[in-house]
Amino acid sequence: MSGHSVVIVDYGLGNIFSVQRALTKVGASDVSISHDKQVIEKADRLVLPGVGAFGDGMKGLEERDLIPSIHDYAKSGRPILGVCLGMQLIMSHSEEFGTHAGLDLLSGKVRLLEPGKDGRFKVPHIGWDPLESGDGLTSTVGAWDDTLLKSVEEGSFMYFVHSYVVEPSDPKIQIASTRYGDDRYCSAFRKDNISGVQFHPELSGSDGLSIYRSFINGESAR
Amino acid sequence: MKGLSFEGYRVLGTAEQFARIYYEQGADEIIYQDAVASLYQRNSLEDIVRRTSSEIFIPLTVVGGLRTLDDIRSILRSGADKVAINTAAIANPDLISSASRAFGSQCIVVSIEAKRLAYGKYEAWVDYGRQPTGLDAVEWAQKAVDLGAGELLVTSVDREGMGTGYDIELTSIIASMVPVPVIACGGAGRKEHIVDLLTQGNADAVSAASLFHYNYMEPLETLYMSSDDSGLRMGKQIDEGNVDYLKTRMCGGLPWTLIEPASITDVKQLMGDSGISVRQAITQPKSVQGTAGRGQA
Repeated sequence: MSGHSVVIVDYGLGNIFSVQRALTKVGASDVSISHDKQVIEKADRLVLPGVGAFGDGMKGLEERDLIPSIHDYAKSGRPILGVCLGMQLIMSHSEEFGTHAGLDLLSGKVRLLEPGKDGRFKVPHIGWDPLESGDGLTSTVGAWDDTLLKSVEEGSFMYFVHSYVVEPSDPKIQIASTRYGDDRYCSAFRKDNISGVQFHPELSGSDGLSIYRSFINGESAR
Repeated sequence: MKGLSFEGYRVLGTAEQFARIYYEQGADEIIYQDAVASLYQRNSLEDIVRRTSSEIFIPLTVVGGLRTLDDIRSILRSGADKVAINTAAIANPDLISSASRAFGSQCIVVSIEAKRLAYGKYEAWVDYGRQPTGLDAVEWAQKAVDLGAGELLVTSVDREGMGTGYDIELTSIIASMVPVPVIACGGAGRKEHIVDLLTQGNADAVSAASLFHYNYMEPLETLYMSSDDSGLRMGKQIDEGNVDYLKTRMCGGLPWTLIEPASITDVKQLMGDSGISVRQAITQPKSVQGTAGRGQA
């Protein structure tokens, strides 16, 4: 069991109950779904979930006046995990339907998936694909040891639902990549206390659950 | 890449047990197809979804009897990740657009039951292959996507329950036309049918029911027979479901011999051997491994 208080930020998008169930399953005893600034400010762990359009996501955060609270939280050094759209919102800006400013916790952009034009790879990308370490080109033993992926084996399949992907300015923060057609994109990043995954750990079986387990336990995300 | 989905219809009383086993054996998605939705209280379906979703951590799709935004909201809140609509979508196509606006198109699946007509045409049916609509199934598929469907579940009315293989042509026509994933449904009698469909039919995912239910039925009965521990209630709950069709080995009025049962591991192994990128089943839970006479590769 982990006694840390885990707060899932509710900004109106996506089915966040599955995230809550997954966190509970791996032993988090204090999980709440909230858009209350005070609850977010006091959290020991913060999950930024979400599915949907980037612009809607930022609007949802703005309307609830949560952007300063998330900034303060991230600056405090406590672990924050962005999942799917939540990962994308962490970046500086997105090219989805025009240009939108993001939370800018990490420098980088969000761009459309480019799997190639032969039509076999549909966008949105919905389904299971494997994770490769780093940029996917150079395999490094133990690359995930100090990250939320520490219990995941390279090549494990995760469940994705997305049309856009992140492109961090600093390629070194990319800890996992995934191929989709001709595209090879960042499927997980980590910089200090800030982690993000493009897939849905809560829908990715036992490998996905292990990511939440690592998130709520230990100091791996710091 | 290619997904393998599972339907739990006909055995709703035991749906959670089947879902749990399929999850542990490496299923990529669970589809609860409540073929007789109106016979069940909505609350009962919600309870089943709630209990299932706290134990399985792969996508759970619920099909059957959802008619309004409130129905959809309620099932999603109970823990479903996606809902599939058929009858209600045909009666009221605006439901697709309003639901995908309200909940995101990623969780709105449109289920299409297609009956083969002459000259390579298909007609959309509703009510689990009982009611023709006069709509061209392929045109309806395109319209459903235009309205906001995030995925299509395409069932061949002719092949459903037959065990003679999927309708590859139907799947191929729709899957190569629409920009969203197509899950093919109806007809798997042996594991080769799944590979045939994925290699020739352009499907993005494939679902099967009887193929696996037959396979995993026996281990469940063994668990029940071998245990007098009141904590292990699989056998009891099996009795609550309609599993006669499994026990008598009759399916859709046909003898079971048309079905060659396969485990998920078997199927995924064959998919991998055929060059299809697929997530392999990794963990084998003790509870099934210990007693399963079949079901292991």
